[in-house]
Amino acid sequence: MAIPYLIGAIAIAISLFFNRNKKMNYILVAIFLLLQWAFTIYEYNHQNIVEFDYFLPDALAVLLLITASIIAVPAFYHSYVFFTKNEDNPRNRAMYYASMVVLIFALSMAYLSNHIAVTWIFVEMTTLSASALIYHRRNVRTLEGTWKYIFVCSISITFVFIGILFLSIAVQQLGISDLTFTSLIKRAAELDIFWLRLAFIFIFTGYTAKIGLVPMYTAGIDAKDKAPSPAGALLSSVLMNVGFVGIFRFYEIIAQTSLHSWANNIIMISAVLSIFIATVYMIKVKNIKRMFAYSSIEHMGIVMLGIAAGGIGYYAAILHIILHSFVKSSLFFQMGQIYRVYNSKSIYDVGNYFKYNLTGAMVILLGFISATAMPPSGLFVSEFLIFRSLFEAHYLFVLIFILLLLTIIIWAFGKNIFKLLFTPAVDFKDENVEHIKPYESISQFILLGLVVYLGMNPPLQMVELINEAVKNLPL
Amino acid sequence: MTNVLLIIFAMSLIYLSIANRLMSYVKILAFQGILLFGVSFIELGEMSPLNLTFILLETIVFKTIAVPLFLKYVIQHNEITREAEPYVPHFISLIVVTTIVVATFLLSNTIENVQLNKVYFVAALSALFTGLYLIGTRKKILTHVMGFLVIENGVFILSLAVGNEMPMLLNTGILLDLFITVLLLGIFVNKIGDVLKDVDVDQLRKLKD
Repeated sequence: MAIPYLIGAIAIAISLFFNRNKKMNYILVAIFLLLQWAFTIYEYNHQNIVEFDYFLPDALAVLLLITASIIAVPAFYHSYVFFTKNEDNPRNRAMYYASMVVLIFALSMAYLSNHIAVTWIFVEMTTLSASALIYHRRNVRTLEGTWKYIFVCSISITFVFIGILFLSIAVQQLGISDLTFTSLIKRAAELDIFWLRLAFIFIFTGYTAKIGLVPMYTAGIDAKDKAPSPAGALLSSVLMNVGFVGIFRFYEIIAQTSLHSWANNIIMISAVLSIFIATVYMIKVKNIKRMFAYSSIEHMGIVMLGIAAGGIGYYAAILHIILHSFVKSSLFFQMGQIYRVYNSKSIYDVGNYFKYNLTGAMVILLGFISATAMPPSGLFVSEFLIFRSLFEAHYLFVLIFILLLLTIIIWAFGKNIFKLLFTPAVDFKDENVEHIKPYESISQFILLGLVVYLGMNPPLQMVELINEAVKNLPL
Repeated sequence: MTNVLLIIFAMSLIYLSIANRLMSYVKILAFQGILLFGVSFIELGEMSPLNLTFILLETIVFKTIAVPLFLKYVIQHNEITREAEPYVPHFISLIVVTTIVVATFLLSNTIENVQLNKVYFVAALSALFTGLYLIGTRKKILTHVMGFLVIENGVFILSLAVGNEMPMLLNTGILLDLFITVLLLGIFVNKIGDVLKDVDVDQLRKLKD
């Protein structure tokens, strides 16, 4: 069903782009959501069957696809709210919805693709659609964010391509020309170490722009800050998962070879540096949206720590990346309401949020508890398992260092969130504050509730899927 | 013969490191397009005519004519000052780029692969790192784009080296090349020129913590 879905989604995106009638736009978006869910359910029921040579709905793909489809629904709903509250330019609105549809189907296909070059093509497509979303407001600041995003992502995507070229040299030596992941994993042990090493360095560096790790994390921060909040929610959750898929699938190949421990070291260095940088900026940052973006960097660092540590860490990493998507997207959805109340994202201009928007403040408080991995948040479970895997893999000093950094992050995060929630804002005139309807926060409560449920009492199907997703990795 | 062309290509990178005017950058990029045309013409003689036309179109029409003309148009249209404005002295740039070439040469000597021509490897990797160095040390946005074009040239050479047996991969790479360059140049440099009066990286420094 991959190709019919692709054609349908492209058709919807094109008609969205050319059809600027408001009612028509929303009908098309609704059709797309139906298509997305039909596709998701179909792939869930037809796992591990290769479609059209290049697409394979394996466990990891299905898990992330379901995550993306769940987040897509509130993303479109909050975009609708965004357009009712902001000036509604038909051309920009049509462009916005078209890009969002392209972004969602491109990342769905990137999850599913079984060929290293096909993944790469769809990742490139996410860059283009994401940049259209970032440029939505069409002013100097968004232009800067978009420019940086396109430029850094173009360089990273070129890096990935160079990595694929090196990999293809190694593959040619074996006399085959098949670059699908399944065949690469099977024959990984025979591949030449030298080219595989170069390929890993380039592919890993390239995909860090998407997943948000050192060294290429920079562009993503500006992008999430400048994109409208519903788009920012997608950028900081499901789009980061695309980078994870890119790295994880290549890591599965590397894990079959003698380079496994070397690759673990590279990932470990990058992850620790990412958490360190996230800590430094979390202390310093004064823009709430950017603070959420840096928190995503921290979580991606934790996920990669789990991958590098191995053992139970593999399972925990996949669980963590799914739960993080729900937490971070609900925080970003809530950010839109904060901006509507205060007309500012700066920590200096906001405060006493409980007084102006009770339900919204509850979401922020619960989101803070979830994002900092305090119980009952599901992230607590996954982080705990990752720390255990680090301990079992004898990374004791790394673990202590990370725990110190995380403590600082909780302090910095809490300082800003409590200022937002309880301390009255200086010089804030509250006569004309917009009253925000409580039902606009329902989706965030559902997402955060899902995090608790999936973490504390994961359904059997999900546990099986995660175990299936990591089955290729050695214990 | 291809070796000679590739060595000239590596030398053009060294010249790029000390070039002072934007127009010299544009001319070197056009010249590199001709060199790539020569290399691919000799190397890919046995390929299918369709692929060959595609590659030649890319090198001659695109890299040698269209992009340089467009860059020239952007420079004149936006009245960009003609200095490249590097942050570091030319002498240091010269040393750095030479080091890059020497280092990739040394790295290539560790390869024990008969299939890959090492000269390709050296030229491609030095172009990659020189491009990154140019992006890091030049002030204007347009020079960043040019650094990116140098990286793309390096990727092109590398895909030529492996593309003989995998034409699909080669074509994907070329399409990427065309696509991103058109996107970066066509839409963006023009937009930036319209929104900002002077196309200088300093004006795009507002987003930070």
